[in-house]
Amino acid sequence: MTENVQEAIHASEVDSNFKYEVTKIHGGEKLLRCFQCGTCTSDCPIARFSDTYRPRQIIRMVQFGLKDNILKSDTLWLCAACFTCTDRCPQDVEVASVIRVLRNMAAEKGCIPQVFEEEAKSILESGYAYRIPDLRIKKRETLGLPPLPKGNTESIRRTLKGVSLLEQFEKGGEQL
Amino acid sequence: MTISRYLMFLGCVIPYRVAAYEISARKVLEKLNVELVEMPEFNCCGLPLDPVSHETMLILAARNLALAEREQLNIITLCPGCAGTLKKVNKMLKEDKHLCEEINRHLKEAGLKFGGTVEVKHILQVLRDDVGLKRIKDSVVKSLSGLKVAEHNGCHILRPREFIGFDDPEDPETLKMLIEATGAECLDYMDETECCGAPSVGVNDKIALQLARDKLSNIKKVGAQAMITICPFCHIMYDTNELRIEKMFNETYGIPVLHYPQLLGLAMDIPPEELAFNELRVNVSKIMKQVCEGEKAYA
Repeated sequence: MTENVQEAIHASEVDSNFKYEVTKIHGGEKLLRCFQCGTCTSDCPIARFSDTYRPRQIIRMVQFGLKDNILKSDTLWLCAACFTCTDRCPQDVEVASVIRVLRNMAAEKGCIPQVFEEEAKSILESGYAYRIPDLRIKKRETLGLPPLPKGNTESIRRTLKGVSLLEQFEKGGEQL
Repeated sequence: MTISRYLMFLGCVIPYRVAAYEISARKVLEKLNVELVEMPEFNCCGLPLDPVSHETMLILAARNLALAEREQLNIITLCPGCAGTLKKVNKMLKEDKHLCEEINRHLKEAGLKFGGTVEVKHILQVLRDDVGLKRIKDSVVKSLSGLKVAEHNGCHILRPREFIGFDDPEDPETLKMLIEATGAECLDYMDETECCGAPSVGVNDKIALQLARDKLSNIKKVGAQAMITICPFCHIMYDTNELRIEKMFNETYGIPVLHYPQLLGLAMDIPPEELAFNELRVNVSKIMKQVCEGEKAYA
């Protein structure tokens, strides 16, 4: 373990209010119930193949108040949202939902893997999360499929008015 | 005689790259007298954006539910991700008046309103609950007995238990029963309910592919001739990516991955060319030969 020695955590890095911030958001309410049994990590399919992703550790870091460490970490984005941890947690912490709350917080700070930004833009432009090539849309007829319904982007944009993340994309100079 | 009538919510990934699932599902549902009405102006269910904005997910899902309410029809989906998301948001908004008001303020901008008057079902649920196992068995005219397959449900048709409640997440039975209705044998294997890894593609492809490989290897160990899926994302992980996995790990699997309606369609004696087997990446000729030869032997 010697090669894994981490630097000490300094009190100045700790935000003792962070855990309460998380418990106020829908999905994060039951964070403080966690008693660190580790069922989430041992059952996590991602943890099996990742050297860094450990849901139990993430929950503990939130309880400790290591806000910046968590929100800036790439590891947070590895969760596959399979909900195995949520279903098996003996304390009903809803681990996957806590992770989602943390990701939403990171996204508001601008820490977003590119794949999500692309999907968001595609939805605003077409209604679909992926840019479906014209060729595929035309091919439907030859495959005997009905025409693909066209997304009503005007209506979609109206309903999403005031959503901070999407406004953030626009402020960032991105063409939506 | 129509058994039931549904709004077809296609979602995004099926029209994008999983045509075989749509083609075979439409064929099978038509034969079983489930009528599909195309859903106009729908949008992405919202699930892909939940990680970055829960609020966006809620609004996108609620918009779809409100559109269905306007058509006064229940929704059928082929994608468990869409089904799970729409079911979850439907339940959340019905139970939380405050949240419902908040989301309705957004929908009002586009002249829509969520009232909680429609239901959302995945195709598996329609087959089990509307059509029923008996009718499905009656529709099988060409038993697939002798064919050994393995099922893969995927996550979002099962979990979280609280919102989906469709089958037992630890020991799901529905897909197995539906497979066995075709005459094929459904084999048990290790880690049956494990995730395919698809949601991690784009964030960490290597972890995603390792997960998919794990499952292919467990299925191969028990001697399954094919894998049966009911999710477009899972299908991409195993069928589209199988060759990539074989190259990456220097292994050979050669396991065809069929959409459940393709399997059922074969048993209903729908010609294979109408079930879009040519759209699949992994070669299916071996099992097709077995199915067809079985027919000859029977004749």
